[in-house]
Amino acid sequence: MKSIEIAAKTVESAVETALKELQVSREDVEVEVLEEPSKGLFGLIGSRMAKVRVTVKKTAEDLAVEFLTNVFRNMGLSVNMNCKTDNGYINISIKGTRLGILIGRRGETLDALQYLTNLAVNRKTEKRVNIILDVEGYRKRREETLNRLARRLAEKVKRTGNKVMLEPMNPHERRIIHTALQNNMDVTTYSEGEEPYRKVIIALKNAH
Amino acid sequence: MQELVRTIASALVDHPSQVEVNVIEGEKSLVLELKVAPEDMGKVIGKQGRIARAIRSVVKAASLREGKRVTVDIVQ
Repeated sequence: MKSIEIAAKTVESAVETALKELQVSREDVEVEVLEEPSKGLFGLIGSRMAKVRVTVKKTAEDLAVEFLTNVFRNMGLSVNMNCKTDNGYINISIKGTRLGILIGRRGETLDALQYLTNLAVNRKTEKRVNIILDVEGYRKRREETLNRLARRLAEKVKRTGNKVMLEPMNPHERRIIHTALQNNMDVTTYSEGEEPYRKVIIALKNAH
Repeated sequence: MQELVRTIASALVDHPSQVEVNVIEGEKSLVLELKVAPEDMGKVIGKQGRIARAIRSVVKAASLREGKRVTVDIVQ
């Protein structure tokens, strides 16, 4: 964690100098006053400068990487992490060798780790953040697979007239299916059941 | 494996210093007993056990390499 100590005539001017040096704004730091200034006797004998320690606060991204680094070390995995923040979402892409165990069946392990990371980070941040983990482009590949699956099943429903029930999926994956077919002329989609077993159903448009 | 559970649990609770993980080792199995401060129980279990399930899922993935069945028990 970045931290510097600055002495100046007043506490305020010491903090100001520190912020300039660290190139951050007041909200991003914690200030600790090490020594209060004193004018001394007649401003001559025993006068003392103010001394502060200014520490840059950890960002949500720092907290997430710190948590994941500890988890991966204890799992015996060596990985590379790359963070990208855009409008409230922190995307962390994880690369390394033999990371299949991090994904798990249908991304179950990845989702679990993502959930735990969000809990661990949001406990400590003032503003709620949303962290999305991806391992070796898994999420992107999964999205493409689900899109193909949705189109194929829609064709089948159109051909046979019978509705099709998909396997249980998490909200994110269900949304991918709904979105893929929302403009389809022949079929409609809806979800049934309770989490975590909620499933998407694809049915003929005027059949239900 | 013990450290993994400790790392995750400590990041979720209000009293990380009270997190304890005991290992009961069998021939083919490993039982990890997770103990936290009473007021932190909810933080490692979650609504309908969602957090506990996530912890188990990550631990299970890590255990695949060791070739042992690992279970995580949350004890009082």
